[in-house]
Amino acid sequence: MSSDQTNQPLRDIQDIRRIMDRSSRFISLSGLSGVAAGVCALGGAYVGYRILDNYYGHFDSRGFFSGDDFDRLKIKFALLAAVVFALAFASSFYLTWRKAQRDGLPIWDHTSRRLAWNMVVPLLAGGIFIIGMLRYDAWMFVAPACLVFYGLALVNASKYTLPEIRYLGYCEIILGLVNMFFIGYGLWFWAIGFGVLHIIYGIVMWRKYDTVKS
Amino acid sequence: MVNNPINGLNKVFESRIRLGVMSILMVNEEINFNDLKQMLEVTDGNLATHLVNLEENGFIKVHKGFVGKKTNTTYAITKSGERAFTEHIRALEEMIKGMK
Repeated sequence: MSSDQTNQPLRDIQDIRRIMDRSSRFISLSGLSGVAAGVCALGGAYVGYRILDNYYGHFDSRGFFSGDDFDRLKIKFALLAAVVFALAFASSFYLTWRKAQRDGLPIWDHTSRRLAWNMVVPLLAGGIFIIGMLRYDAWMFVAPACLVFYGLALVNASKYTLPEIRYLGYCEIILGLVNMFFIGYGLWFWAIGFGVLHIIYGIVMWRKYDTVKS
Repeated sequence: MVNNPINGLNKVFESRIRLGVMSILMVNEEINFNDLKQMLEVTDGNLATHLVNLEENGFIKVHKGFVGKKTNTTYAITKSGERAFTEHIRALEEMIKGMK
């Protein structure tokens, strides 16, 4: 038997594995995307902290809150959240797109469509849920709700992308639930969950998947 | 020879394209023609021929549907296709083990 023939079964098995993996999971997700999203979140949390500091500073100097102050605070936070989300999304999308380009893989195929859909469903549910809560001024539950719904979205999405994202999801859920018992520290929990955890996860994934290839 | 693993190999899966189609359908509930084409990097005609072959063997089932006005043909694996392909994989693994 020639060596070409003897290697055939091995090559077939490798092909089958590669195709199964590639056709069922979106594997271009870049670890650096996690780091970028985490940095955006930490920046946002810092700005949020300064806004709050300023708000309470006002209270101390005047001894009272006016309704206008609170309305302005709400608008500032809504704007801040929108900007942080847009920056985090754009930067992580760009880094993932760049990785897909480098590996010669399509960014929009049935694997990424399915991943996107499975992320969007829990996130959209969470988003509407939080907007509903805000109609009753339940501000203290915003951070835990964000963390829990985001964690659920990640656990759900882990079936369609790199499986390790499941553990990030578990951590976000636990953090959100713990936050429910430490109401008032939402910004801190939010910064840990969306900032620190993303950065740690991103670095781990980057070292595992993005650097092995020369 | 008794239990020669080569006996477990299925001639149908000797083609790279048919092997690829079956691998994809093992892990995806259903998938349409264009996604298959994109993943396997083959021409329309080539892929169509192999799909007909797999269908005639009873390994895949075809569902012709519509997305708007466009036809959207999706493919799924059948029970016997799943069995035949699993058998094929096992035979390949046996052969690799035998070589070591």
